[in-house]
Amino acid sequence: MKTILEFLKKYKLECFMAPFFKLLEACFDLLVPIVVKYIMDVGIKNGDTSYVINGCLILAALGVIGLLCALTAQYFSAKAAVGVASAMRHKVFSHLQMLCYVETDKLGKSSMITRMTSDINQVQTGVNMTLRLFLRSPVIVFGAMIMSAFISPRYIAIFAIVIAVLAIITFSIILAGIPLYKNVQSKLDKVTGKTRQTLQGVRVVRAFNRENDEIAEFSKANNEHTDAQNFTGRITALLNPLTAVVINIGIIAILHVSSAQINAGEMSQGDLFALYNYMSQILVELVKLANTVLIIVKAVACSHRIEAAMNVQTGMNQIKDGTKPEYDGEYAVEYDNVSLTYEGAGAPSLEGISFKVKKGSVVGIIGGTGSGKTSLVNLIPRFYDVTEGQVKVFGKDVRGYEPMQLRDSIAIVPQKAVLFKGTVRKNLLWGRKDATDDQLWEALEGAQGRDFVMQKEGGLDAPVEQFGRNFSGGQRQRLTIARALVRKAPILILDDSASALDFATEAKLRHALRTLDYDPTVFIISQRTSSISHADLIIVLDEGRAVGIGDHESLLDSCSVYREIYDSQFKGGEQ
Amino acid sequence: MAKNKKSVEGASLKTAAKVLRYLQKYRILFALTVIMNVALVAETLYIPILVGRAIDLAVGKGNVDFEGIFKILVAIGMIAAIDVLLQWLINVANNRIAFGIVRRLRRDAFNKIQTLPLSYIDSRPVGDTVSRVVADVDQFCDGLLMGFSRFLTGALTIIGTLALMFTMNPIIAAVVVVSTPLSLFVAGFIAKSTHTLFKKQAEVRAEQTSFIDEMLGESKTVAAFSHEDESICEFDEINERYKNCSQKAVFYSSLVNPCTRFVNNLVYAGVALSGALICISTGGAALSVGTLTTLLNYANQYTKPFNEISGVIAELQNALACAARVFELIEAQPQTPDAPDAHVLTREETDGRVNIENVEFSYTPDRELIKDFSLSIEHGQRVAIVGPTGCGKTTVINLLMRFYDVDSGRIEVSGHDISNVTRASLRSSYGMVLQETWLKEGTVRDNITMGKPDATDEEVIAAAKSAHAHSFIRQLPQGYDTVIGEDAMLSQGQKQLLCIARVLLCLPPMLILDEATSSIDTRTEMKIQNAFAFMMKGRTSFIVAHRLSTIKEADVILVMDNGRIVEKGDHETLLKNGGFYTRLWNSQFER
Repeated sequence: MKTILEFLKKYKLECFMAPFFKLLEACFDLLVPIVVKYIMDVGIKNGDTSYVINGCLILAALGVIGLLCALTAQYFSAKAAVGVASAMRHKVFSHLQMLCYVETDKLGKSSMITRMTSDINQVQTGVNMTLRLFLRSPVIVFGAMIMSAFISPRYIAIFAIVIAVLAIITFSIILAGIPLYKNVQSKLDKVTGKTRQTLQGVRVVRAFNRENDEIAEFSKANNEHTDAQNFTGRITALLNPLTAVVINIGIIAILHVSSAQINAGEMSQGDLFALYNYMSQILVELVKLANTVLIIVKAVACSHRIEAAMNVQTGMNQIKDGTKPEYDGEYAVEYDNVSLTYEGAGAPSLEGISFKVKKGSVVGIIGGTGSGKTSLVNLIPRFYDVTEGQVKVFGKDVRGYEPMQLRDSIAIVPQKAVLFKGTVRKNLLWGRKDATDDQLWEALEGAQGRDFVMQKEGGLDAPVEQFGRNFSGGQRQRLTIARALVRKAPILILDDSASALDFATEAKLRHALRTLDYDPTVFIISQRTSSISHADLIIVLDEGRAVGIGDHESLLDSCSVYREIYDSQFKGGEQ
Repeated sequence: MAKNKKSVEGASLKTAAKVLRYLQKYRILFALTVIMNVALVAETLYIPILVGRAIDLAVGKGNVDFEGIFKILVAIGMIAAIDVLLQWLINVANNRIAFGIVRRLRRDAFNKIQTLPLSYIDSRPVGDTVSRVVADVDQFCDGLLMGFSRFLTGALTIIGTLALMFTMNPIIAAVVVVSTPLSLFVAGFIAKSTHTLFKKQAEVRAEQTSFIDEMLGESKTVAAFSHEDESICEFDEINERYKNCSQKAVFYSSLVNPCTRFVNNLVYAGVALSGALICISTGGAALSVGTLTTLLNYANQYTKPFNEISGVIAELQNALACAARVFELIEAQPQTPDAPDAHVLTREETDGRVNIENVEFSYTPDRELIKDFSLSIEHGQRVAIVGPTGCGKTTVINLLMRFYDVDSGRIEVSGHDISNVTRASLRSSYGMVLQETWLKEGTVRDNITMGKPDATDEEVIAAAKSAHAHSFIRQLPQGYDTVIGEDAMLSQGQKQLLCIARVLLCLPPMLILDEATSSIDTRTEMKIQNAFAFMMKGRTSFIVAHRLSTIKEADVILVMDNGRIVEKGDHETLLKNGGFYTRLWNSQFER
């Protein structure tokens, strides 16, 4: 709510103009029955043709003015609503984009995307409808009541009762409907889930001949959904009939009271006409009002979710005027008794790890699933802050650098090979903005990707679809490696990035990485001993602890975990 | 272009005919709603007439027919009571029809999925089929069924109003009729221009969403390359474009109501003018004030149904398009059913002999894959399939399990051609562990007992123990009764252990292990090798693997490249040949 208001500040004029003109329009609408009343009571009664013509001209004029007011109001409210949504989108996107790993983990991808899209759209609709209808509907509803009082104060009671009863009916049905609709939605989610599951698991389902079980389970979910829909439908279907009957009773009351008044000469036929019309107007507006309230409730809920995302502040102390890494000194990376516990996690993911890496050397990191390999390298570019100990890059604690500056000196190939929509060139330029085509080809050569890029129509300009879907897993991995190589950063990290490559290609890649002309310090994570056995330093991780640090030969002697891994892959292989 | 349009219309008609078939079950209820709708429209139109009459009975001071008015009030009260009932019944009946059809459509679609050939499922993204079953069915229901009932009431109201107006006063009715094209024109014009704007808006929105999807979805990569500023810059550019077209779209679409209200106001003024003038000129003989009230009331509501109908037409088109997508799924060609005299393989007769004779197969006719493939496998032999990533190792499995049928040639299991064996009995003679671990939503126990639903607890635990899954299952909140699903809290490796336990429980005579240990780290893998060894003992097994060491002991190794079987033989023979396999084998030792 607060956020919406803050963004609305920039649209003060619009926020005033839209409701104001809506209010004017409503007032003109309320005048119509009175004009007709005079046409009847004066024009028709006295047979005054010119009076009638004038009256009708006024009616037409009211229509024109009403239209102009409405158009002005819609224009301003559209401008404010879309403007707020757009500004919000910019702010939320920039905020989320700048968050670091810890916070994005906490928020989760899909929830960030929902906030950016449907939540903000909902807010836009909410602002738009509020500006347009929130003033109009009450003005008509209560205006009708006041106008009736002008005709005769007696009717104010009838109108007040009708409005109160209508309000109770409308809001209670709509409020009762909210949880019911939620229930229907969650039942539908089950139907969706079951459909997705059966498609994803089609081979297993068929292999075990479980087709009929699947059908039975789906049937259950499907029937529950339909039952929930029917039940909800029966309740919400009451809204229209009940409101209509209240209005009809109101009309009966008006006719009853007014027949006596007309008989007593206190009221005219035209008065009765006007009362009847006001009663009908109330019904239309009250339903609109109820729907508007619903939209507003939704918009407020969405804005709370957006606020929650905006309130996630980056927990890292970021030094803004931090120095750039200086590439001298003996060691590229030093870990000193490093521990890392993720937020909310019970056990540490890394514990008491210390090692030093000389510049230009190759480090291999190996260990089972979940042993902490990725966590270990994520500390170098400071994606996470250590819980204990210290990580130094080029002789200085990573917390002493400005994160962007630090990351500029590191090139990473993430575990999941992801490309972005655009072209091959555009993706490679992520590594370095000003790289020439020659440099790009050189990087592709090193990543063993030159051949297939050459074969693609357009070469470097070949289109890349979202997430690089139009490339095979192996091709994507090689492109992400090339992207990192373009950077020519002094530290290169490969996080299990050759898993989709066959042995022959991987061997070529290994060779190419050894002969890089800029001589970076390289970290290679792998599950295969063959990928890291040539490294200058191998770190063996087991459940977050470094159980072995050394080179291949010494680890084979001293580290049982390493030997087990090695044996599991090479048992009998080298006879 | 014209021809194209015609064929589109033809297709819509066909779809509509199919919809009618679904409606048939509800024909009585449907007929009832139509009748109730007619009654409803009649009575809603009757109330203004009654009010008009009442006004005519209350002319002025001392000139009020109380008795007449009382009768009218009673009549209005009765109609109001009927109205409540009718409206509610119509709503409930409409829901019943609509939701019932939705349920049947979903059921038919889901049942169809179970019989679709794998080629259909493999060639389409899961999301696409899911959206047919869920979103399209919903849209169809909203648009077609709810739209239809709105269309019906709208049309009846227009016809009824005009008919009553003509009987009350033809001149005034004529005034209304003349202005009808104007309201149609205005509504149509706005609908058309907003449609273009909305389309534009949807395009830019899609662009923006996919950009957000990429940049926030992969925010870690963005951070790793310090790409935040560029990404925000690019986002702002799209956002600005979105803002511009969205502003127009929102504004134009919000014009519909004011504009039709305006037209309505003009019609209203016209009726008031002509009515009042007729009143005056005939001295109330041809038209009373009460009748004028009734007419004005009709005029006030006259354009509303037009508005709704013009909205409904666009909705109907959309709904039919959705329905067509749903029917495409429901009417997709199912796999050829088992022949009525198909052989049922029993456990006893399945001795593990598999004979592959001159098999030819390709997924698409223009790219031949497997050609002239023959192989004879004896009871208890181990067949390994190796090759680089994406070489089509799973194709062989697809053929063995009859997920796909061979184009020519034959595969025999224990002497029976599998194309003449029931799929169910063929598949239950294989135990399969796939690379993609799939668990259904349900308890751990449900998942392990998939192949043997009547297994005892002891059997389940024994199977879990041999798969090295027992210890982590015990640590789950509810042990074997813990519910797991798509986003299970299990790691990839743990899921795979469950899949292995699943097969260990039912232990069919033949095994298919497709990269069965790819997500398990090599140490755990070594530990469950025992279980595997036990499992494979005396069973014909097909093993697909990345790690060459695991398949060295196989009796036959099929080496595949680019979807083709390029070499065939045991480890020693293949190494001696010095071909593709040798290169593959040696590359793992390169440093």
